[in-house]
Amino acid sequence: MSMATTDPRAAGPAPFVPQAYRVEEVTRELADTVSLRLAPLDGARPDFRPGQFNMLWAFGVGEAAISISDVETDGSFVHTVRAVGAVSGALAGLEVGTRVGLRGPFGTGWRVAEARGADVVVVAGGLGLAPLRPAIQALLADRARYGRVAILVGARSPETLLYPEALAPWQRRPDVEVLVTVDHAGADWAGRVGVVPGLVPRAAFDADDCVALVCGPEVMMRFTVAALRHAGVAAERIHVSMERNMKCAVGWCGHCQFGPAFVCKDGPVMRYDAIADLFSIPEV
Amino acid sequence: MAYLERILGEHPFFAGLDDEHGRLLAGCARNRRFAAGEYLFREGEAADEFYLIRHGQVALETLVPGRAPLVIATLGEGEIVGASWLLPPYRWMFDARAVTLTRAIGLDAACLRGKCEVDHHLGYDMMKRFLPVVVKRLHDTRLQVLDVYGDD
Repeated sequence: MSMATTDPRAAGPAPFVPQAYRVEEVTRELADTVSLRLAPLDGARPDFRPGQFNMLWAFGVGEAAISISDVETDGSFVHTVRAVGAVSGALAGLEVGTRVGLRGPFGTGWRVAEARGADVVVVAGGLGLAPLRPAIQALLADRARYGRVAILVGARSPETLLYPEALAPWQRRPDVEVLVTVDHAGADWAGRVGVVPGLVPRAAFDADDCVALVCGPEVMMRFTVAALRHAGVAAERIHVSMERNMKCAVGWCGHCQFGPAFVCKDGPVMRYDAIADLFSIPEV
Repeated sequence: MAYLERILGEHPFFAGLDDEHGRLLAGCARNRRFAAGEYLFREGEAADEFYLIRHGQVALETLVPGRAPLVIATLGEGEIVGASWLLPPYRWMFDARAVTLTRAIGLDAACLRGKCEVDHHLGYDMMKRFLPVVVKRLHDTRLQVLDVYGDD
């Protein structure tokens, strides 16, 4: 892993100046979670790589790092925001027509193209499906270039499964294995009940020739990585998306320091072998 | 009997089972079929049989007073249902309901315990197969208790 640098020029021009975006659409995903479709007021949406994030600025409240969960052909970004604090609460409460500031995209992305020719295992827990959705879309758009594709999704309950409208068509595809599980359910749920790492041994993939993309709560990722390693997947073939409190997003301020790295610029997507020693240390 | 011996050997739980133990276990086995919605067993009943799922899905449920039954785990093809037959008082702790049509091999618990007592090699082999399943389910339960999605 490279040590963090302090040169903001690496992030492109004017990385601290937010661009004005307009909320074009608000979609209620869960009780406390919405997706915001944001279009630039001036100019075109910048390119992005699946797995990257933007800094969204709720004017008068503050700024938060939110992963890009989709893009639309009209040139807008989609961000899925869960209301857990002052800034995310303000963002989740935005109405259509409101202006927001946006800096980005920042950070590393999922190395989807590098997985060509190999099997791909995508493991998402809870809101972890949000930053993985663009990676899944990229995989499926170029499906013939990959081996077997398995998408493993976990959530607390059937009611808290993210993007059911996206899961359904993925599940109907004959060339994708989609396994969904929830931690708890009522008797009317006909799907699986159990933790998402438990899906790993049930998925069909070649452990010697696969790439795993994992995103979710850190505890879930630790157990999932353990299940992947137990299945025989090499550490360097496992990629995880880390989450830390980010501020500058360009490796200046150190808010998101994770050992020798900064999650904002060396992550959020990191190769597991590069961070394995830090993964289970509290308060890193 | 030969048929049961063969399908026992094909089930992942009994992978690598030696022929002699296969013959002993087949003497305790029978084919079982459960329609969707049918219960394999109910909480409090005698744990007199355990099941190797060949096809289908089984939900382990518990009743919470004043609420609908809560599913705490589902088990599918290649997995086993039931561990309470191993330990006194040999009573099921949960309900087990077939979510879909489920085909299984049922192993008579008293028959199996008796053979394990007589043949400790068989008993040790059974314990080596059961313990990883039990430990994995304990780990899964701990992860569920953490409710990791609460603050993701």
